Amino acid sequence: MESLYTLIEMVVKNIVVVLVLMGCVAYTTLLERKLLGRLQVRPGPNRVGPFGLLQPIADGVKSFFKEDIIPDEADKTLYVLAPGISLFAALSMFAVIPFGDTVTFLGRQVKLVVADLDTGLLYLLALATLGEYGVVLGGWASGNKYGVLGALRAAAQMISYEVALGLAVIGTIILAGSLNLRDIVSAQQGMWFVIKYPAGFLFYLVAGLAEINRTPFDMPESESELACGFNIEYSSMKFATFMIAEYAHMFTVAAIITTLFLGGWMGPWLPGPIWFLIKVFCVIFFFIWERGTYPRLRYDHIMQFGWKVLLPLTLANVVVTAALVAMGVL
Amino acid sequence: MIGIGIGFKWFIFVVAALVATGSSLMMVTRKNPIHSALWLIVTFFSVAILYVLLNATFIAVAQVMVYAGAIMMLVLFVIMLIHLEWGAQWKRKLSFAKLIGGVVTIMLFLQVLAGVFTYSDAGQKGVYSAQKLAQLGNARAVGTLLYGKYAFAFEIASILLLVGIVGAVLLARKRKD
Repeated sequence: MESLYTLIEMVVKNIVVVLVLMGCVAYTTLLERKLLGRLQVRPGPNRVGPFGLLQPIADGVKSFFKEDIIPDEADKTLYVLAPGISLFAALSMFAVIPFGDTVTFLGRQVKLVVADLDTGLLYLLALATLGEYGVVLGGWASGNKYGVLGALRAAAQMISYEVALGLAVIGTIILAGSLNLRDIVSAQQGMWFVIKYPAGFLFYLVAGLAEINRTPFDMPESESELACGFNIEYSSMKFATFMIAEYAHMFTVAAIITTLFLGGWMGPWLPGPIWFLIKVFCVIFFFIWERGTYPRLRYDHIMQFGWKVLLPLTLANVVVTAALVAMGVL
Repeated sequence: MIGIGIGFKWFIFVVAALVATGSSLMMVTRKNPIHSALWLIVTFFSVAILYVLLNATFIAVAQVMVYAGAIMMLVLFVIMLIHLEWGAQWKRKLSFAKLIGGVVTIMLFLQVLAGVFTYSDAGQKGVYSAQKLAQLGNARAVGTLLYGKYAFAFEIASILLLVGIVGAVLLARKRKD
């Protein structure tokens, strides 16, 4: 019977996490449009429902009923597969992120995480790469030169910034002494890593922005030069899937930052998952604010910054952090 | 209950092994180099599943991260960049290189077969059992071995990689004449 209960617990956790994640993603799109509007001194969408609160549903229904076009030149299988790969990676990344402590539910101890992996942090890095395949293949399979250019940029940018991303989290691993995300959160009892280890936080923030292809690193889809880049030929629900994947990925990266540097679910008075969501939305607010503030960088500048500034800095950061921990300062 | 667990593991093993074999066959027979690269990624993933079944989670994740992720992304990038003409390299003619490749493949295959039929691991137990790994932590076990017992081999490998990087930089540098 025990294994049956475990199975039920797993299925329920999966369904709840995916549903909550999808709901959050839908309303992140609205939040982004509203906030960007306010940042540009205009109200943003406010027609559908009170304060425009039904806008995400209207968007979903609209893209569902649009005509679905597959270009003649496209590599059909990959063209259909690519948005799915993106969404799959973004959703499965969330599996290892703990959103609360252990709770007792109907007499069972339930860990508030879908999969409590021993190598959770590495799993996150691995799946982040997988997600980028969706962008690269989507751009390439469209059979459009702007699409291919977007794909090439996505691939090059990912190779460059993935190294810095990996190096930025090594300091956290050294401080927490574990790759398990629950252990990393527990290690922040008393002091968040953002205070103890601000350098790693900044590096992860920059490299994370590059990973989710957001301004100022939104090279693969820079509309002013590539006319939307990798998703240029996509329409209807496939385009919507790409968008959902992008926002889910953004939500996941915000959740990773919360877990690694902002103390995860921990906080006084309120229950864990609530604190977790508050912190995640603070990070998302920053992402949107930053998008409304900064212009897009030039492509060669991004590459130079990645290899010549970020990589040496993160490397030095690993050495310094290790030395400080060994000396007992941190 | 234990019987169901083992049966399930066996089922996953068979599926992963078949996918690994099938996708590597697809990889060598595709005309489009991008499709070949993608089938290779599928192969890497199914091999990673086999690692998970062997309780080597760390190796599995490293496999996905390094091979299926970084290296294949680089390969895809290069294929897209140099824009190989589809199927232009596909010749039915038997060339000398293909002959050598075929002979080497058959030799390696025979070697694997000989190994499988003459040597058996069945019943033997290593130091790192599933219980010990669960108690010690997978990453910690690999780390202790890499930086302890096998530190020398590990450093030699990293020097080899460094030489590779220096060589690449040297080749790519603009000549000043």
